[in-house]
Amino acid sequence: MSDDPGASSGQEPGSSPGRFRAEVRDWLRAHVPARPLPSVDTAEGFAAHREWEHELAAARLSVVSWPVAYGGRDAPLLDWLVFEEEYYAAAAPVRVGQNGLFLLAPTLFAHGTAEQLDWVLPPMATADEVWAQAWSEPDAGSDLASIRATATAADGGWLLSGTKTWSSRAAFADKAFGLFRSEPGAQRHSGLTYLMFDLRAPGVTVRPIRQLGGRTGFAEIFLDQVSVPAADVIGEPGDGWRVAMSTASHERGMSLRSPGRFSAAAARLVELWRQAGDPANTALRDRVVDAWIGAQAYRLHTHATAARVAAGGSLGAESSLGKVFWSELDVTLHETALDLLGPRAELASPEPDRDPGLAGNLEPDGDAGLAGRWLDGYLFSLAGPIYAGTNEIQRTVIAERLLGLPR
Amino acid sequence: MTPGRSGEQAQFAASLHDMLADAEVPAAARRWAAGDRAPGLAVWRALAALGVTALAVPEHDGGLGASVADVAVACEELGHHAVPGPVAESVAAVPVLLAALSAGTEPADLTAGDTADGDTAGGDFAVRGWPVPWLAGLAAGELIATAAMPPWLPWAVDTGVAGLVLLAAGDTVRLAAPGARYRSVDPGRSLSQVTGGQVLARGPTVASAIARALDAGALACAAQLLGAGRALLEASVRHAGLRTQFGRPIGAFQAVKHQLADVAIGLEFAGPLLEAAAAALDEDDKHVARDVSAAKVACTNAARRAARTALQVHGAIGYTEEHDLHLWLLKVRALAGAWGSQAEHRARVMAAISAPASADGADRQTTVAPPTVDPPPADPPTAQRPTAAEDPAVGLPTAGQPAVAQSTAERPAAAGEPAWS
Repeated sequence: MSDDPGASSGQEPGSSPGRFRAEVRDWLRAHVPARPLPSVDTAEGFAAHREWEHELAAARLSVVSWPVAYGGRDAPLLDWLVFEEEYYAAAAPVRVGQNGLFLLAPTLFAHGTAEQLDWVLPPMATADEVWAQAWSEPDAGSDLASIRATATAADGGWLLSGTKTWSSRAAFADKAFGLFRSEPGAQRHSGLTYLMFDLRAPGVTVRPIRQLGGRTGFAEIFLDQVSVPAADVIGEPGDGWRVAMSTASHERGMSLRSPGRFSAAAARLVELWRQAGDPANTALRDRVVDAWIGAQAYRLHTHATAARVAAGGSLGAESSLGKVFWSELDVTLHETALDLLGPRAELASPEPDRDPGLAGNLEPDGDAGLAGRWLDGYLFSLAGPIYAGTNEIQRTVIAERLLGLPR
Repeated sequence: MTPGRSGEQAQFAASLHDMLADAEVPAAARRWAAGDRAPGLAVWRALAALGVTALAVPEHDGGLGASVADVAVACEELGHHAVPGPVAESVAAVPVLLAALSAGTEPADLTAGDTADGDTAGGDFAVRGWPVPWLAGLAAGELIATAAMPPWLPWAVDTGVAGLVLLAAGDTVRLAAPGARYRSVDPGRSLSQVTGGQVLARGPTVASAIARALDAGALACAAQLLGAGRALLEASVRHAGLRTQFGRPIGAFQAVKHQLADVAIGLEFAGPLLEAAAAALDEDDKHVARDVSAAKVACTNAARRAARTALQVHGAIGYTEEHDLHLWLLKVRALAGAWGSQAEHRARVMAAISAPASADGADRQTTVAPPTVDPPPADPPTAQRPTAAEDPAVGLPTAGQPAVAQSTAERPAAAGEPAWS
């Protein structure tokens, strides 16, 4: 396999993935902060990550596959994969705007009006506006169709009421998008409307929720008669389920989890094995190899899928195959690294706001820095099999829609 | 479901599938196991008519000169239908070996010898032009070949149908005579110990050719496993839709659905590794060893999961010889250990990905050759000068006798040499 899959997997003529890769690599080398930014799930860290996005956008690297008019480069999908590989390989900061970039934007490209694209996308590309997703509710998780939050028609717009929860980034984000029940009495998938709303609007209360790692990665959103203009409906009122499912497929499949994340983690895992692995421990060696093979398989599969999509193919229920695969792979990669670290794997990333006396542990190359990064990644990976549709739901989708087993 | 395939490859696979689906292969495999090879050989003739046996033979030797990727497509379909016989040997490894040696038999490259003396120190030695007729026979479907290639392939498979039996190890290819036979767990395979005879070729070029043939064979074996895994999944889905318990088809139960979904995921993500490995062999890429071994590991795991799950879903009927399922179950078990064990392939992947050169990012990974024995441990020095008449019987490492891996210092394909892989 060549190191540039784009070179041998249906790259469009005219584009030059090698030069683009070099540009991205050079830019990242010059700009990625030497010391990791503070956690994105703190107010200070959120602001620092927003600042980083400004830098990315100024180099026109924040949304390379978008049209030029919205801040992108009109780059082919395979270039986007190249960007992602380089981005993760450079250990660049987490994308604070990822919910908007990878969930809302694809939905808008498919269903949005020209005005919505003009209004939403440019500030999203620069992270001047950061979006949170508002899908789940206390009683609507995997069973998303049991949504209860309502949108009531009023004065040419809508009034939103109800509770959304597990809303990633909502603690510090500016805006949010989600599904609301707009036809009283309508059941399940019908009578739902896809809406965007302002998290700072009157009637919105956000309650940050500390995650098991101690950070406020998501939040609960309470909506009490929040007024939203009709122009903020995506697609037709009542057609929200269909609109949302196009986003769900993006979340499960290509967009949210580019292979770069896993390829970079696998490379770091192999490096960790080189430094800390006991050659006699072939059981652990084999786990490292299997994790590397999994990351390679996901990368190759994604490139092949991207080539197919670029050639006019579509992505449907098969995105469920990928969702289960990458989420299990992510856990495996990180668990293997922690097992390699042995007792050091207990060392968590320091949180200066909670334990100011431990600031010395911030040294990124120190034991705590190394182990803490793997531990953070591990805790994050544990959420993968749950969010974006639990893996149990995905397996049922695979069995019924791809294999044709009886319902 | 195979996104990396070209339209022609998809058509080729479909035509193979159609032919094999009509050829009553399970019945032929049962006859094969019972000692009657005629129906199975009829399948092989039909495969030859579709070009399968000519794929890996160069055009100037009467073949199609197809890519390794095409060979993998064919072998996957042969695995899908559990075709009996020495598939990886005759369709992939032996023609790849002979083609590589045929290309190198120019007198300028390989010094001609007439099976006897010739000072071979530091040079190559070969019977001039020897591979050509065999390549033509393979391409025409008139010849089935098999080989022992220790230590990955300590026995030759199905010597009973093979018109050509080779022993290829280290830097030497010999004609071989089958000896003691063993049962395989797959009743559609028989295993023979072989005794090395006339030396056909020896030297650094030969070592490279053997290494390439081992990778081609391992890839073909991985393709068969992937195809067999797909067949097992299809059979399980069919059965789960028909078999009713508690008033419902068992496929409606979530416990069954989720197991089959996991099988589908494993197969889906093994496929691209196989395609990448085939592409690496076609391009003589520096990552051949890494990619072939990754594909073999992943295809074996996916097929084994498919087999375990298929048996569980079929229940007791799947545990019988009456049901055709056993043909695939046992073939997967046999192929899982053939052409290099999981441990050997994992070790090869690790050697490649953790090579120091890869630390700076880059593209300078050293090639990791398959393990070779050179010369076979029982080979006395006189074997350097064999004759057809009095070649010392070159024994294979037996089960209890570990193969001696050639040290890096002795390996003819030193770093910096154009990689065979």
